[in-house]
Amino acid sequence: MYQYDEYDRALVRERVAQFRDQIVRRLSGELSEEEFLPLRLQNGLYMQKHAYMLRVAIPYGTLSARQLRTLAGIARDYDRDYGHFTTRQNIQFNWIELEQVGDILERLAEVEMHAIQTSGNCVRNITTEAFAGVAADELLDPRPLAEILRQWSTVNPEFLYLPRKFKIALCAAQEDRAAVMMHDIGLYLYRDAAGELLLRVMVGGGLGRTPILGQQIREGLPWQHLLSYVEAVLRVYNRHGRRDNKYKARIKILVKALGIEAFAQEVEAEWQQIKDGPAELTEAEYQRVAAAFVAPPYASLDDADLAYGSALARDPGFARWVSRNVRPHRVAGYASVVLSTKPATDSPPGDVTSAQMQAIADLAEDYGFGEIRIAHEQNVVLPDVPKADLHALYQRALSHGLGTANIGLLTDMIVCPGGDYCALANAKSIPIAQSIQQRFADQDALHRLGELSLNISGCINACGHHHIGNIGILGVDKNGSEWYQVTIGGSQGKASALGKVIGPSFSAAQIPEVIEGLVKTFSDYREVDERFVDTVQRIGLEPFKEQVYRQAQVPA
Amino acid sequence: MNNLIRLSAGQARVVADDPWQWLCEPDQARPVGPLILPLPAWLARQDEATLAGRRFSLDGLCLAPDDEVERIAAYLPVLPLIAIEFPSFRDGRGYSQAYLLRTRLGWTGELRALGDVLRDQLSHMRQCGFDTFAVREDKSAEDALKGLAGMSVLYGRSAIEPRPLFRRRGGAGT
Repeated sequence: MYQYDEYDRALVRERVAQFRDQIVRRLSGELSEEEFLPLRLQNGLYMQKHAYMLRVAIPYGTLSARQLRTLAGIARDYDRDYGHFTTRQNIQFNWIELEQVGDILERLAEVEMHAIQTSGNCVRNITTEAFAGVAADELLDPRPLAEILRQWSTVNPEFLYLPRKFKIALCAAQEDRAAVMMHDIGLYLYRDAAGELLLRVMVGGGLGRTPILGQQIREGLPWQHLLSYVEAVLRVYNRHGRRDNKYKARIKILVKALGIEAFAQEVEAEWQQIKDGPAELTEAEYQRVAAAFVAPPYASLDDADLAYGSALARDPGFARWVSRNVRPHRVAGYASVVLSTKPATDSPPGDVTSAQMQAIADLAEDYGFGEIRIAHEQNVVLPDVPKADLHALYQRALSHGLGTANIGLLTDMIVCPGGDYCALANAKSIPIAQSIQQRFADQDALHRLGELSLNISGCINACGHHHIGNIGILGVDKNGSEWYQVTIGGSQGKASALGKVIGPSFSAAQIPEVIEGLVKTFSDYREVDERFVDTVQRIGLEPFKEQVYRQAQVPA
Repeated sequence: MNNLIRLSAGQARVVADDPWQWLCEPDQARPVGPLILPLPAWLARQDEATLAGRRFSLDGLCLAPDDEVERIAAYLPVLPLIAIEFPSFRDGRGYSQAYLLRTRLGWTGELRALGDVLRDQLSHMRQCGFDTFAVREDKSAEDALKGLAGMSVLYGRSAIEPRPLFRRRGGAGT
């Protein structure tokens, strides 16, 4: 894992002191709320419905057991004993007192963590996939360049007051598990025939009010130019992005207005001015950062473990969990484990109690190398577990409510905090998720459905990524009451697609019935083991619409 | 009184006798003394020799956020001062304008931040190349001095530090 050096430490310490002072000035009235607002946002502090929310950065979703224990302590001492993992691989605490924020940040700084730029109109937490460094289909490790970008974008003085937030993601595997296409800048890393590390740059993706997938702006960019190219994109955006309307201020609107070719020309012209300057990355810097991401000391294990094989045969619950929650590892005898934060109706998706955080930290140390990842689907990943330990780990995970076998299934929903917490939401998300989980409690039926993503956002800002769920649910406001619009056919990854609205929206009470109708149609038309999203693609919206609106007795 | 902070040879101080007057509205009554004018007004007031680069201008020029800095490249040799207006402290275009004036167009004269200029943004402005700061009237310039230093670490580069940190670390490539 990346370890802070004296520069990183100094920056985070000084930032804590700076923000402490700003909080004091806010509390004394010296700073108005308007003046304080962007300062607190750039320190991760939102004002929600009932309290302040603090969003802590987990750079590219990587945590140590020690860091997770600190997060558990913060949940216990300053919040209501839980935290919420987000789709940007971060963690949010929902019940924070302004007066205590300085102390919380201090505790984070002690374990090399911070909340810098987790909100505000600036470059946000750089994300990549949760299986970086261990995935069997990885071309190379994306984390060194992610860390280099994190440093470059942190308190970069020119780009702290952009027209709107700016999100960057990297992917360096066959499969895109980082939702790269829905980022302001998305980077695919690959090697050419000569082994040279190159970047394919996508720009202008994003969800929200105007969902658009990123478009390719550059192919074959040598990695040494990563920072200068991103700088060129940001400068063009900072100068020319719209600032008159917050809903038209993301870079995707600028790219759309100019057209990708004209936008690319602007960027190219800017880049030509800076590309060979001091911003060009050096091999020495790459190696310095990459040294922090060397593989842990793996044991030399047989890929087939006898005890593991017999546990699979003996314990069907374990076998089912392995089929959904265990991923291949590039090292023989090891696997990566996904702990589901979506156990069923008793806790909202993404929520983890402080006791569970402690338990996860223990598991990471007992069975892995003390490392933990957060997936953008809000689940927790233990990247390096010997297959021989999987059964023991599974049993312990179960006893902490972390052993649900539902990764990639309908109940593994991405859900924003919604109207229960968020001041922006039009409608609640969590009760909708819970009502669906209740309806799909039958595990056999759930597993038979196979891979099916269901994403819920409480408003058009789309924090729950509803556009790219195979089934998407969007909370809308109709004359002061909460309604839900349903889309189908969305997907993430390299074959990203935006879902299509099936028709008029539904009440909260109708939603479980509606999802059941969609699933029934799927089962009726499904060919062999086809995935839901493939059936939708093959037969189109009509059969789904017909079934859902007939049974809901809502005019289509 | 312009509530002005001047940075000179690394030292920042509040300036009590700054003579410049900023006319942000074109039809504002013109007082005596040197003026800072928006680009259209500045262009209208210069004679041919000045516009041709043969005579120094007596007027400072203030860029609005949507003025392209490249447009004034030809006038840099005759300008006594360039100001950049921040209509709101949340409008960050002025940072790119300043950075480009310093690093690409080679402006070495005074670069002044005008408008919604507040303590908590001063260090970013300084990094982007500003050297005078007309702090918003209702705020104390003495207090704002505390905001100039900012943080000791800059990962990337800036107008005053052209090398990113990875080229400044001991032992790193140059």
